[in-house]
Amino acid sequence: MTALPDEVTDDLRTHFDDTIDRGRRIEPRDWMPDAYRATMIRQIAQHAHSEIIGMQPEGNWITRAPSLRRKAILLAKVQDEAGHGMYLYSAAETLGADRADLTDRLLHGRQKYSSIFNYPTLTYADVGVIGWLVDGAAICNQVPLCRSSYGPYARAMVRICKEESFHQRQGYELLMTMMRGSVAQRAMVQDATNRFWWPSLMMFGPPDDQSPNTAQSMAWGIKRHTNDELRQRFVDMTVPQADKLGVSLPDPDLKWDAERGHYDFGPVDWDEFMAVVKGNGPCNAQRIERRKAAHEDGAWVRDAACAHAAKAAAREKAQAA
Amino acid sequence: MMAETQTEDQVRSDWPLYEVFLRGKRGLNHVHVGSLHAADAQMALRHARDLYTRRNEGVSIWVVAARDITASSPDEKDPFFAPSGDKVYRHPTFYDIPADVPHM
Amino acid sequence: MTDDDFDAYRSLSEETDDHRWAFGTGFSDPLEGIDTAVPAGVDGAALASYCLGLGDDALIYSHRLQQWVTRMPELEEETALANIALDLLGQARLLLSRAGRAEGAGRDEDQLAFFRTEGEFRNVRLVEPADADFAELAGRLLIFSAWRLALFGRLTGSADPLLAAIAGQGVKELTYHRDYAAQWVIRLGDGTELSHARMQAALGVIWPLTDELFRADAVAARLPGVAADPATLRAEVDEVLDAVLAAATLDRPGGAPLAPVAGRAGREGVHTEALGYVLAELQSVARAHPDATW
Repeated sequence: MTALPDEVTDDLRTHFDDTIDRGRRIEPRDWMPDAYRATMIRQIAQHAHSEIIGMQPEGNWITRAPSLRRKAILLAKVQDEAGHGMYLYSAAETLGADRADLTDRLLHGRQKYSSIFNYPTLTYADVGVIGWLVDGAAICNQVPLCRSSYGPYARAMVRICKEESFHQRQGYELLMTMMRGSVAQRAMVQDATNRFWWPSLMMFGPPDDQSPNTAQSMAWGIKRHTNDELRQRFVDMTVPQADKLGVSLPDPDLKWDAERGHYDFGPVDWDEFMAVVKGNGPCNAQRIERRKAAHEDGAWVRDAACAHAAKAAAREKAQAA
Repeated sequence: MMAETQTEDQVRSDWPLYEVFLRGKRGLNHVHVGSLHAADAQMALRHARDLYTRRNEGVSIWVVAARDITASSPDEKDPFFAPSGDKVYRHPTFYDIPADVPHM
Repeated sequence: MTDDDFDAYRSLSEETDDHRWAFGTGFSDPLEGIDTAVPAGVDGAALASYCLGLGDDALIYSHRLQQWVTRMPELEEETALANIALDLLGQARLLLSRAGRAEGAGRDEDQLAFFRTEGEFRNVRLVEPADADFAELAGRLLIFSAWRLALFGRLTGSADPLLAAIAGQGVKELTYHRDYAAQWVIRLGDGTELSHARMQAALGVIWPLTDELFRADAVAARLPGVAADPATLRAEVDEVLDAVLAAATLDRPGGAPLAPVAGRAGREGVHTEALGYVLAELQSVARAHPDATW
């Protein structure tokens, strides 16, 4: 990209700021500050990586789903997640990123994915709880992103949110069915809830006072709400859902505060969060290893497809000549 | 020498980017919906059908290798991509969630 | 924070008037509202057994394909694979349900899928082994789809209207599966030296299980006008395979068919050792909670 003269850059910068301020969209060929581009690529890529890695904990239960209907639902859900990942990589690529390069960064730990997927799925109830809590938290994060300042990302988010709301309902419906079932099923749901509640709260990221990038991200329309705002919103929405299900949430400090108009909740274990983010969660190595194996084992296949395409193109050219 | 071979291998097995345009059954023109990677145009067409139409019939698909697209330069303030029509959502079926479960 | 963000969420889940649900997840009873009576003059037990065989083929093969989720060589292939696995699962649901109704003992799709033992499964042995690599996946899928497409093509004229309808829907899906597999066999066969070698080797591994697809089936023989005689499919399938192999620059493998055991193979409930492990996985949660509703 050749450097533009200063007055042109200033004009473009003004136009950029103006677009953001008026709540309009930045599109792929628009000028944007390098830092905006880099931040956007990283955020979108990490979101994409999350969708792809997220296929694993849920995919873990497809072959063992206890009814054919549940099996079909779960398989379709995991398929949707692959699609979401691809929509998001596609959005990142409009900013000049390359998907193979982003994959490389993921596999070498230079880009991250949502830490929730570093927890194991240990029973079939986990499938329902992931739909209810993890997709629920993701929706809280993602609906505001439908108004992201970057056009392709916002549009991908609208598409994704539609499907994710569906996934959440599927998960919740499974849990309702189980809670109306046997003693063992109810115990399974409670156990899964106990394991996924706190990690779901951690999905919103560290507390605001430990999030240095928030201000700039909000100014640029990359982030629409703070971590704590979204976390509070999620708790407020989810507690009544837990009540309706008949499960308890593993937080003795959880209670409605009439004065604030919100639920008070207990302290999140940020040490656990940091450990998982840094690579020391129960499944980090396993998740990356699986992705890496698929990518590396698949190289000869991708290679063959390219070789075949080249041969076919050469044949076509020879025939035309 | 080893590094060169590895780079060649990597380059050779990366599938190029294709942009995808759809015209729905009632649409008048093709609209850009996103992109995907494929080894060639025929594969791109199949993948586009899977990924962007969920195999709906009657949708017209164009795929164009991204490298074949020429775009206007960024200092013209016009956006390149028109907003995409959102026809690629999964249609919900009925799940028996009671009406009094909030936010569901 | 305003609520309008979450109004956006509500509007995202609004109903549309397009009720297509491509992958069969919306229904609890696949045959709800459909007349499932066994046609007059048709042997009900044989019909049930026949549908079970076709359903088991799809169920077990879908299971093997499901095991490839998150392991495909490229992300776009994950979508394609899931489509195929879902289609076959949908076919399995319809066929098992139809079998249960024809049997008339009150067994539904889940009771049949999760609570029969190996000896009661009637799938062909082709669908039982795991694919060692993507070449085996492509090769097995090609043979299975080409065969099943030919078979379903015949069944669209079945005297059992339900089987005919299931076959009619399946034909479109199987055409897609066969074409997907064929394109991959061709890419791998006529790709790099390595992919050619692997594809040829894969065919060699799979080929011994193909003869069984055309073996005389005693159950089918009790259903004239309803079932298809497997031997009549061979010519059509061979034509497809020969065309694909030629385009792929691959040789048709030789080798003897995999022997039956005392004359019995998959359709007679005598399987490879792989099936036990497949069922152990498939049935594990359902069997751990035999009285649960899911």
